[in-house]
Amino acid sequence: MVKDGAKAMMDRVREIVQRHGGIAGDIARLSETSDLYEAGMTSFASVDLMLGIEEAFDVEFPDAMLTRKTFASLRAIADAVATLTPQEA
Amino acid sequence: MDAQTSFLNQLFDSGLLIDSGVPGLYGRGAGYEEIISGFDGLISRTVVDDGAEKISFPPGMSRTSFERSGYLKSFPQMAGTVHSFCGTDHDHTDLLRQLSEGEDWTAGQVATDVVLTPATCYPIYPVLAARGPMPQGGAIFDLQSYCFRHEPSPDPARMQLFRIREFVRAGTAEEVVAFREGWLKRGPMMIESIGLPLHIDLANDPFFGRGGRLMKVGQREQQLKFELLVQIANPAGPTAVMSFNYHQDHFGETWGIHTHDGGVSQTACTGFGMDRIALALLKHHGLDISLWPKSVRKTLWG
Repeated sequence: MVKDGAKAMMDRVREIVQRHGGIAGDIARLSETSDLYEAGMTSFASVDLMLGIEEAFDVEFPDAMLTRKTFASLRAIADAVATLTPQEA
Repeated sequence: MDAQTSFLNQLFDSGLLIDSGVPGLYGRGAGYEEIISGFDGLISRTVVDDGAEKISFPPGMSRTSFERSGYLKSFPQMAGTVHSFCGTDHDHTDLLRQLSEGEDWTAGQVATDVVLTPATCYPIYPVLAARGPMPQGGAIFDLQSYCFRHEPSPDPARMQLFRIREFVRAGTAEEVVAFREGWLKRGPMMIESIGLPLHIDLANDPFFGRGGRLMKVGQREQQLKFELLVQIANPAGPTAVMSFNYHQDHFGETWGIHTHDGGVSQTACTGFGMDRIALALLKHHGLDISLWPKSVRKTLWG
């Protein structure tokens, strides 16, 4: 179950990065740890992405998490969201 | 009275600045302008061999260009737009009635094609893009204009309408980074030569909102902005009188500015806050220019 939940979250993160990250082409080519900035995400796009993630997962990033590192990869984003959402039993 | 208001009042009393009744909106007396032109001359002598194309812009720019620039994404709180009456005789009658009755008359104002220039370099990017790919070696500009930022303050060093002289470099990453490195050495030498104690620090722009926080952190992490700071009138700390900015390919992408080989241009700029430098000189050397150290006078006016 936990594994499925994690996969579902990663799929949603991928979908939101595809929509808001400003990265040209299909991001299916990117691994979970690929650097999104190196893949073409600008600082401005990272702000759009942040707002897109907040809306999709109904979370609000605290100031301490508003860093480039938080949005640097699909894995980093999914981990950040996981710390902000209540864990299912 | 706080230190900023006290210094501002001294500037008014001496006729160096003239009060308009609005914080940050001042007339400039002859003595004040003499300082500005002295430092302007020092800049011109310093850059004489740089081969920069000199352009002066008015304090207004095209609204279409402004919209495309992305300024409203980053600094909506600072922007100033020019509105005008575009109504009929009937609307005019209403306007005059509202005025005489002390009602809000601004609702009928319509946005014009002009916005106030927020930063001296903003009008150059569409001009550069329209010229097509740059020649090998890129481009360098020597720009000046008044700029507007909506941030009323009693600090004389935080004006709403102020002058910036700015150098903009467009080209390859190597070219624009070298340009900024060069200014990070040359700027402090110039400010030291007029007797002002300074230091350089990493900085960020005042990006708006929560998204802005991410922008600020990103700007610092990537060391995209440095400022040269001098103590003026803010007891909380020194004030930036110069900035050294590396935009990476932000403006190149936004405007379609290309290098000779078709690559997206990178850009960097260095700005002199002319009014802040004049105020720093007045703060450190006194309000009577004739009593300033001889070496400073010689550097500014020969």
